[in-house]
Amino acid sequence: MSVLVVVECDKGEVKKSSLEVATYGAQLAAQLGTSATAVAVGEASDASLAKLGEQGITKVLYDKEPRLKDFVNNAYTKLIATAAQQEDAKVIVLANSNIGAAVGSRLSIRLQASLATNVVELPKTEGGQFTVKRGAFSGKAFSDVVLNGERKIIAVKKNSIEAQHEAGKTAEVVAFAAQLSDADFADAPKQVVMQDQAGGILLPEAALVVSGGRGMKGPENWNLIEDLAKALGAATACSKPVSDVDWRPHHEHVGQTGITVSPNLYIACGISGAIQHLAGVNSSKVIVVINKDPEAPFFKAADYGIVGDVFDVLPKLTAAVKELG
Amino acid sequence: MKFLVCISNVPDTTTKITFTPDNKEFNKAGVQFVINPWDEYALTRAIELKEANVGSTVTVLNVGEADTEPNIRKALAIGADDAIRVNAAPKDAFFVAEQIAAIAKEGSYDVILMGKESIDYNGFQVHGMVGELLGIPTVAPAMKLDMSGNTATLEREIEGGKEIVQVATPFVASCQQPMCEPRIPNMRGIMTARTKPLKVVPATGDAPRTEVKEFALPPKKQGVKLIDAANAGDLIKLLRNEAKVI
Repeated sequence: MSVLVVVECDKGEVKKSSLEVATYGAQLAAQLGTSATAVAVGEASDASLAKLGEQGITKVLYDKEPRLKDFVNNAYTKLIATAAQQEDAKVIVLANSNIGAAVGSRLSIRLQASLATNVVELPKTEGGQFTVKRGAFSGKAFSDVVLNGERKIIAVKKNSIEAQHEAGKTAEVVAFAAQLSDADFADAPKQVVMQDQAGGILLPEAALVVSGGRGMKGPENWNLIEDLAKALGAATACSKPVSDVDWRPHHEHVGQTGITVSPNLYIACGISGAIQHLAGVNSSKVIVVINKDPEAPFFKAADYGIVGDVFDVLPKLTAAVKELG
Repeated sequence: MKFLVCISNVPDTTTKITFTPDNKEFNKAGVQFVINPWDEYALTRAIELKEANVGSTVTVLNVGEADTEPNIRKALAIGADDAIRVNAAPKDAFFVAEQIAAIAKEGSYDVILMGKESIDYNGFQVHGMVGELLGIPTVAPAMKLDMSGNTATLEREIEGGKEIVQVATPFVASCQQPMCEPRIPNMRGIMTARTKPLKVVPATGDAPRTEVKEFALPPKKQGVKLIDAANAGDLIKLLRNEAKVI
């Protein structure tokens, strides 16, 4: 019996959210008195996988089949199911990402496991009951959920666990062949198109986010948002009305029907703070609101606020960040 | 082409979420329920594809008790042809997936669509479970769906980009923006929806695998610290030295 951690890799590196998942898996394994093994998917390198030892992983299974570089739902599901059986994994931990959700939901049927997504804390396991805390109502609430059955799958919400780094520890990287056939790759993508991300920072994984609303008055003013984001090393985001009128792409839309984020810092510029938007950001650790309307509802959900004109305030903030160096 | 569109009945997006005094259940009092906003993309896209492919039908499926029927009628008013309600409270994702898989199998549907997730449970699970139960591909979350004969071309969102995927029917897709512009019912639709068939069937399948013990609201903020706009740069110092986030 062990804990199996699914680690997503891209361009040879382990994704930030997967470092969090590895940490979660290792801590859970310690809690259960067992060890944590990882199975890697995507484009990985042996060196970056060995470094998973820093998060507490003892062994990493890696299938070098080249077609596994891109996400293929059936192939990934079979790969992880095979690893779970080989390792006799009673708990599988993955990221609450598009890949994690797609694979986790199929695995739950294949392995007859109970599944909880959007999990924000380590489970409580006293008294033989396995209870996880997860986000519900699109960020407006949490629920404690009991997972029944012998096998459990947990998808961990991004930025809810801080990745541990214990320098010098390495994991053993073990070649793994899941015996995948051509049929397992029938739903392989025909093409993969990556967006130009501002500064290369993905919004769902970002620790810092600068977001703009209708108060920015038009897409031509987004350089103010981008300048601050670039100075901070932050990702950019926007409110629903902004993506609805195509000032910004849909994948930047944060809110109840967009993506929910939980960065360390969320700076909202010219966003009034409709309840649907707040749902998408209220698990951020620190919220800053800049709005010229002192009555904007967002101030009630903020830690810091500036009542002022974004066109005046944003350049000052960017300059102050650059001064800090 | 037979489309099956799964909809769930959720609190309106403006709802202030509260729970019963024991925190065991969502407090429905005074809450307006709507079709899950993500499911509206699935519904509208299915109707658009039906209109483009003569002889196609769109069936709406909901797992819920009788109080969901107004929203099922709304889906019929938007343009679905008929509806099925599995008469049971949606206990968990697995339970709902089993109901959908049973209906899909019995009716030999070609395309099974639903929203990416429900805005109340936020599971993002049902699509994959249905696909696996039926042994057919799932594309999730899909931003674009086009059909040519029995082949569908979809854009699937991945973190930081998209994949172009082709699958043959039958398949499952979970939908999100910008797939289409969700429609609202018109007067003619509302009139005809009243007489469209709505079949109520009992639940089948196994016991749920998960159980909600308790709900909780997020901790309240301490209150906002305001910084004078003239000294906006001070905010950055506070974020570095006090909040320690940059």
